[in-house]
Formats: sequence, structure tokens, C-alpha cells
Amino acid sequence: MLEIKNLHANIGNKEILKGINLKVNAGEVHAIMGPNGGGKSTLASVLAGKEGYVVTKGEVIYNGKNLLELSPEDRAREGIFLAFQYPVEIPGVSNTNLLKTALNEIKKYRGEEELDAMEFLTLIKQRMKIVELDQTLLSRSVNEGFSGGEKKRNEIFQMAVLEPKLAILDETDSGLDIDALRIVANGVNKLKSKERATIVITHYQRLLDYIVPDVVHVLYNGKIVKSGGKELALELEEKGYDWIKDPKELIEH
Amino acid sequence: MSQILDLKNWYLSNFKSFEHSLNGESNHPIHALRKQAIERFSELNFPTTHDEDWKYTNISSLLKYNFKPSVGRYKLKREQITSLLFGDMKCSLLVFINGHYSEALSDVKNFSKGIIAGSIEAELKNNSEILYKHFGKYADYKEQIFTALSTAFTKDGAFVYVPDGKIVEDPIHILFVSSSENENIISQPRNLFIAGKNSQVSIIEHYAALNEDVYFTNSVTEIYTDENAVVDYMKLQEESKKAFHVSRIEVSQERNSNFTSHSISMGSEISRNDINAKFNNDGGESTLNGLYILAGDQLFDTHTLIDHAKPNCNSHEHYKGILTDKSRGVFNGKVIVRPDAQKTNAFQENNNIILSDGALVNTKPQLEIFADDVKCSHGATIGRLDEDALFYLKSRGIGEEKSKIILLHAFASDIVKTIKVEAVKKYLEAILENRFQHE
Repeated sequence: MLEIKNLHANIGNKEILKGINLKVNAGEVHAIMGPNGGGKSTLASVLAGKEGYVVTKGEVIYNGKNLLELSPEDRAREGIFLAFQYPVEIPGVSNTNLLKTALNEIKKYRGEEELDAMEFLTLIKQRMKIVELDQTLLSRSVNEGFSGGEKKRNEIFQMAVLEPKLAILDETDSGLDIDALRIVANGVNKLKSKERATIVITHYQRLLDYIVPDVVHVLYNGKIVKSGGKELALELEEKGYDWIKDPKELIEH
Repeated sequence: MSQILDLKNWYLSNFKSFEHSLNGESNHPIHALRKQAIERFSELNFPTTHDEDWKYTNISSLLKYNFKPSVGRYKLKREQITSLLFGDMKCSLLVFINGHYSEALSDVKNFSKGIIAGSIEAELKNNSEILYKHFGKYADYKEQIFTALSTAFTKDGAFVYVPDGKIVEDPIHILFVSSSENENIISQPRNLFIAGKNSQVSIIEHYAALNEDVYFTNSVTEIYTDENAVVDYMKLQEESKKAFHVSRIEVSQERNSNFTSHSISMGSEISRNDINAKFNNDGGESTLNGLYILAGDQLFDTHTLIDHAKPNCNSHEHYKGILTDKSRGVFNGKVIVRPDAQKTNAFQENNNIILSDGALVNTKPQLEIFADDVKCSHGATIGRLDEDALFYLKSRGIGEEKSKIILLHAFASDIVKTIKVEAVKKYLEAILENRFQHE
């Protein structure tokens, strides 16, 4: 589904990604872990198409298409969804309005029929249950005045409505209490399917108790320095990140 | 300078023919006021950017034209103004063509006894006592040349009178439509709205044009809100993009009266708007909201003044602007809190979004506070569309253009949603939708 080959990216003159290689197949859950400043969020932003990042080398193939050539909106319409680390507050735009517009724009792009008001309402009511989101949040402005947990749940709710093929969760767990974490993880798990893939970016192993990854990668200093099964996450939890910073350790492993 | 002197002579000589056209009316008590005003007009100068109050607003292009005072009765068909009405909103409609009342197009409801909505000209003919009590009392012509000009040419305009204790259920829509057919006309409506004690009324002053003509609207509106009166006022300015619009609104508020205004501006090449509210007694509340949407070479200038002369009054002021191309916006919000005016609450905010490199806003809060137990605040922002919000919307599959429209709508919605008349809100929503389609 997604193949990242030797991806280099800069912010300004500073190189953040220094040759990322990653292959994600449909049905898989990949976790990307690593210390802060390693390039995890940059990778998410580059995949979503955020301005301000310059890809200097490498390519990203998504379902046979050159992803980097697509506009952010076309990436979304092709089925990529980024759950933001810091969801933006948009005063004056209601959650419902955002979702309805987004869903219909995506459907239009795919040549599918747009939903009418009733169908849309039925859909969102059903999807709200997945993340146990309070109904009053629907008519409120996007993320405005939401608590940290509500913002993160709202991201997963949007994901549940838009049904992406590839979901990228950028530190969706950070700042969540254990109840909110369970709800978020539960939402992600319910949406898992053979056709969909998920990339979970996290700093902590905790989330992976609930969202069990097929592959765990360690991103450090702009490169994936280690990949392994889910037990790698536990090892990281136990030892911290210091050992991966030492190249000798990595070879021994 | 010589050119401007010529222009003054132009209006002075036009005054003579205006006087002539009045025939018997020149014995009318109001004529003494006209004469004093034209006298004062001859002494005053048109403002230049050297005047502090006009620092950012260069009106030399307005002064290039010899605008002809509009005379006689212009006629329009009902179909020509249908698109300027607010759907099938229940209202009283007063229509003015080039500043003159059109009885044929107006549609005034059967009001309960004593309520009047009609033309100033008719009121002058009736020698209405209530008119004399208020006319010219709030918009002083002595210091402002455009008010002097307006006062000198007093002829017509809208008149609304709501006696004590009366409530006007449906809004009064006053439509000033310009149809000058390349004649470079000046229209000078003089409006007077009087709300008696415990009365309530909603008035929409609406300026629009049938063609993209060059003309000049110089309007003066005086509003008097007596004790405990509630007045909801809106000015919707959709003049031709080549027109000039100078307007002055003076609000005089008595004890516990409540005045709300929305000033929505989209038209005119140059528009200058002065809106001043004064609390004459305790407990008044005044809300001045505004939205200006500018493109091309448009220049919009609003100067507001809220005079907290008495204690325990509240004022809220929120103006928002969206500017693109090479348009210019000027906002000057002055609040005076006089020594007596303890327990004053005065809040002011001006936010602007600039969509192009060439657009510019000058915004200036001006608080003069002479009392010590008050709450006052002001804020001003000038910025671009929030890039993070834009990316967020795009990342959900919404196209660039649509995302911008959504954000601009959201920005404007703060002001639009506070409009009380639902049909007007809808009318405005439709305009905004169109207007932002190509930004």
C-alpha cells in the first residue's frame, strides 16, 4: 500500500529526515517509536502534505501513485488520514459542517453519490458511538474549547466517518488519561480491516498495549534505525531510548 | 487647491438653484437651518490627509467630480428592486430612488396609532413638531463639511417615529437605491429615527445600486433612543463599486436604552463612515458591530466614537474586515469615558484578514478614560488566513478554494450571527457565499 524509499526532507536548511525506508501493506499496523526530535512528526507531516517541508530526495509510492505529487486534499481523497498531534481549533466552523463537506468532497472525487442530510446524520450518530463522543460536540466549532482528550477523540471520530485506507496517528496517545486512551485505541481497533493500514506514531509503549502492532520501527535522528515485532516496543519501554543512540548496541542486536 | 475651491463654488451655485426649486418652501422654518449650513459649508474645507481624522483616507478622487444634486422624481419598476429585498420577509418597506421617496414602491404596514414610517419631506410639509424637536440636534453641521453640505440640501430622507410604549413588530426596511444613469448624481438622504420611551423597533438602512455608476451618497442619520427604548439598527452598504459613500450616524441615548447596530459594507470605491453614540444618562447599552469586505481599489474608513458621559453604561464594539487585492481599510475606534462615568464597561475589538500582498489596514483604538472605576479593553489584529486551519481542512479532503471559503465564512460569522433579523442574515449569507467564491 505504502512504500517510502530513501526519503530525505528538510525544514528550512535543516535536514530532518535522512533516508527513511518503510513498507506498509494493507491490513497491517505499524508503530513508529523513538525519542523526541527524531523526525516522527515530520514524517507524518510530509506524508499528509503539509507546507514548509521540502523533500530533497527519495520517493513515496501510495497505491501505485507518486504521493508527493498530490495536493493535501487529493491525498485525503485517495484515502490518507492524519490524526493530528495538536488538532487545530477552528472557531466558526462546526464539526458537522467540516465532516459533511469533507465526506462529500471525498465522494465527489471518487465519483460516488453524495450523502443527503438524513444519511449523513445516521452515519455520524453511528460513528460517534465508536469513540463515545458527546453529541453536543457535533454542533460546536471544530475543537474549540475541547479538552485534550476530546480533541484526540474527535480526530478518531473524523477518521471513523471518513474511513481512510491509510491512517496515520501522530502521538494520538500523548496527554491522554487511561480511560481516554482505551476509548481512542478501541476506536482504532474497531476500524481495523484487511483493506486498511495504520501507522501509529508514539513516544510511549503504553498505547501499544491496546493497539497491537505487527511491526515496530524506531526512528532516530531522521532514520529508521531498528525494526522488529511488538516485543521491540516492550524492550524500548524497559531500556529507554538511550541504547539505540549507540550504534554499537544496534549492531549487537 | 483651486480645483477644490471650484468644487465649493459648484455646490454653492447648486444651492441657489436648489433654493429656487423650493418655491414657497423657502419660508419654511427648516430653511433657516439650510441657509446657516450653506454659510458654514462655504467656510469649511474639504478634508485632506493632513487632517488627523482623514489621515489614511484620501478623497481627492471624490473631489474630482461635479456631482449634480438629484432632483425630480425618478421612477423604477418593482421588478428592478426585487433582488434587493430580503426574500418574503414581513416588513415595512420604504424605497428612496436617488434619495427621493418613492411612494409607489414603498409598502408601509398599517401601524398602530401614532407610529410613523415615511419620508422627511412629508414630515416637513406637515410641520411635525416631533421632527423639529430632534432634526439636526445630534449631527452638528458646524465642524463637518459633509454634514454641512447635507444639512444645506435637506430635502428628503427616511423618518421613523415610534411613540412611547409602542412596539413595531416587523422590521422597517429602508432601501436607498441609486440609478443615476451616468449622470454623476449626489444623493443626500437625511434620516431621523426616534424611539420613544419603552418602545422597540428594528430598522435596516440599505444602500444599493442598479448599475455600476459613479455617484455620491452623502447621508446623515440621527437616531434618538428615549428611556428604556430598544433599537436594532442595521446599515447594509452595497453601493456601486465606482460610487462614493459618506455617511454619518449619530445616536443619542437616554437612560437604560439599548441600541444595537450592524454596519455591513461591501460597496463603493471610497466609503467613509462615522458612527457616534452618546449616553446622555445612566444605564445605556450600545453595541456597534461591523463587517467590511473589500476588493480591487476599494477604500473603507470607519470612525466610531462612543461617549460614555454618564455612569453604568455598557458599550461593545466589534468590527471585522476581509481585504484582498489593493483594498484599504481604516478603523478608528474612539471611546471617551468622562469623569462622571463610573462603572463603565467598554469593549472594543477590530480583526482583519488580509488575503493579498497589496491590501492594507490601518487600525487605531483610541481610549480616553477620565474615570477610575471602569472596565475597558481594546484589541486589534491584522493577519492572514490561519495556515494551520487551512491545512487541517485540506487534510480532510476539502479543496483549497472551498477551505478558504469555509474559513472566511467562519471569520465573518462572528458578526453575521449576531444579526437579529433572520431574513437579513440569510440574504447576507448568500452574498458572502458568492463574494468568496473566487478568493
